[in-house]
Amino acid sequence: MANVYSEQLSNHIKLEPKDETISFLLNYSKALSVINYERLEFESILN
Amino acid sequence: MEQLQDSQLVQQYIAGNEQALEQLVYRHKQRVYSFIYSKVLDRDITEDIFQDTFIKVIRTLKRGRYNEEGKFLPWVMRISHNLIIDHFRRNTRMPKFEERDDFSIFSVLGDASLNAERQMIKDQVENDVKGLIEELPEDQKNVLVMRIYKDMSFKEISEQTGVSINTALGRMRYALINLRKLVEKHDIILTE
Repeated sequence: MANVYSEQLSNHIKLEPKDETISFLLNYSKALSVINYERLEFESILN
Repeated sequence: MEQLQDSQLVQQYIAGNEQALEQLVYRHKQRVYSFIYSKVLDRDITEDIFQDTFIKVIRTLKRGRYNEEGKFLPWVMRISHNLIIDHFRRNTRMPKFEERDDFSIFSVLGDASLNAERQMIKDQVENDVKGLIEELPEDQKNVLVMRIYKDMSFKEISEQTGVSINTALGRMRYALINLRKLVEKHDIILTE
């Protein structure tokens, strides 16, 4: 049988961010609040 | 909520619905992540850039700076693209090499310490040089030994030998010229 020289594509590698990263982002979003006061803008992160 | 368009989810998120962001992130995470990975080819860096991308998305949306002119995903992709460029710019200033199957940085850098064979060659070369130095005229030999082996400055050499700095420099020059001649005369190979 002829040899196959092309590399087999690795389908098992999941190109997705880690769950922790997603979880961090969602929590960051919940914690972040932006307050506008007159022409000033304040960002605060609640932990 | 599954059927809602990106723009509707964005509006809901700006209005304070955190669930809408979750929908957006889950909907696009794979495309954004794959795009970043296709450029940087490193899982950890991809993870960092992905995170920074969405931090920027979140901050922009919460600050009300997002304009609805373009579509959400291309906008996110543009942010990640800019962060990828930033990453490469930083790395150009401070290149980082990683071991790969097809390339090892150690093949370029080499090991500073000598292996047994190279140490033997080095010893041989040093012995040959010492032998040649012995053949030099006394005044030239003294200057060369003080300069090379005792690491003295020409000022110190001139003080110790009682000659001017220029004379010491001249003797050093002739010592080197004569050494080269001796190397040729004895047909000695002084390279490793």
